[in-house]
This record gives sequence, structure tokens and C-alpha cells, in this order.
Amino acid sequence: MGHYVALAGVLFAIGIFGVLTRRNAIGILMSLELMFNAANINFVAFNKYILTSSGTLTGQIFAIFIVVVAAAEAVVGLAIVLLIYRNWKGIDVDRINVMKW
Amino acid sequence: MAEILDLIPQFIADVADKPVFYLLALVIIASALMVVTLKNIFHCALFLILTLFMVAGIYILLHAEFLAAVQVLIYVGAVSVLMIFAIMLTTRLASKKIVQTNEQATVAGLVALAFLVASQLACWKTTWMITDEVSLPENNIMTLGKLLMTDFVLPFEVVSILLLAALIGAVVLARREGS
Repeated sequence: MGHYVALAGVLFAIGIFGVLTRRNAIGILMSLELMFNAANINFVAFNKYILTSSGTLTGQIFAIFIVVVAAAEAVVGLAIVLLIYRNWKGIDVDRINVMKW
Repeated sequence: MAEILDLIPQFIADVADKPVFYLLALVIIASALMVVTLKNIFHCALFLILTLFMVAGIYILLHAEFLAAVQVLIYVGAVSVLMIFAIMLTTRLASKKIVQTNEQATVAGLVALAFLVASQLACWKTTWMITDEVSLPENNIMTLGKLLMTDFVLPFEVVSILLLAALIGAVVLARREGS
């Protein structure tokens, strides 16, 4: 049990590092996927090792929904990235600051 | 410090006890590090695929066979291909001189390290209330399908609407003006 949660913690920390350091918008999206997966590992591990009152598979159902939402997020995110690339000729997030002020 | 040293023999015993898990965990962490540090974004995408595939292995270890299949189909199949498409359409791969990281690397490293230490401390200091291993139903997938169609039917429908909205939104966003 503890092993799986520890692995998820390491994966999430790596994802945080990626989100904060990447300059490329696609790189940020990829790091986000790592963090989603870390959360999912936790859900499935808790589902296996800890009995809840509301049935035995709630954690896995939750994980399935997370996968679906992550897929939707990736689709919309990459569409936005393509649009930004068309308008700015680059996807360097340091340069995309028109909404900052 | 001595406390940590005491844990080492136990750790080695754990590794010998669960070789498959530790192999998967090693590959996951190594390739996830590659994803966030490599310069060539295309290589990052390939390592992301490896990471996601190994996470599917973790799901199988946890008796979540359906989730492992979903992981391979959606993440390894769909999301990764989408990422690679986006990379092909946007960045110039040949120019490796493009700096992929910004100047926040030190601060970001500290934040990530702080989170890592906090989560690991919380994880190993907690005594988990494990009531033995929960006996998951023998036929996992059948129970999952029944749950999705009975108890969780409302979230299921909401998620389908979300997917439809994402589909339409992506088409509207990526469409060229005036066409």
C-alpha cells in the first residue's frame, strides 16, 4: 500500500517540476499527464487496499472518469496550442503574455 | 539519520519481495524524469508513452485489468498520438538548440523537492488502516460495467456530454478562420 502511494508521490513531484520548468506548451501538457497518472495510481491503490462502505470498486470508477476528463483536457489543450502556434508562430509560453495585463 | 539507515534492510527485503513492482516503479520514475528533462520534445513524447505503458502494468498488479486496458487504449493509443501530432505540426524538431526550459529551474526544483519530501514523509509515517487486502470481485469488469450503468449512471452521462463538448470545442478552436 505505502509503496504505491510513495510511487505516486514521486511521479507527482516530477510532474510539478515539469509543469514549472517547461517553456514549450506541449511539454507542460505532457507533465500534466504525468500528474494525472500519479493521482490515478493512488485511487486504484486505495481501492485495492482499503474497504469503503460504498462498494468495492469506487476507486476504479473514479480513475476511469479521470482518464476520460484527462483525454478531453488534452484534446482542448492541444487545439489551443495549435491555434496559438498559428497566431504567434511559436508555442513558447514565456512569449504568450497578452492576457497578463 | 539512524532511523533511515534502519529502514535499508527492510527496503531490500521489500525489493526482493515485490520485484515486478520495483522494476515497474524504476522504469516509471526514470522515464518520467526523461519526460521533464530531455531537450528534444519528440523524445519526451516517446518516454511519456513508456511511462504510461508501465503505469498500465501497475494497474494490472493492483487487479484493475479494465483500467489497464483503458490506459493502453486511451493514453498510449490516443493521447500520445495526439501529442506527437501536435509536436509535428508546431515545433521544428531539427533545431536542438531551442532551450526547452525556462529560468525558473532552481525554484521549480526546490518546490518539487519540497513536495517530494512532504509526500514521502506523510506516506511512510502513516500507518495505513489496511483490513487485509480487499477481496475484489472475481470478475472485475462485469461488476464495473454494472456499477457504471446503475450507481454511476449520472456521472457517466455527464462525462459523455463533456466529451462531446470537448470534441466540438476542439473542432471550433482548430478550424481556420473563414473556412
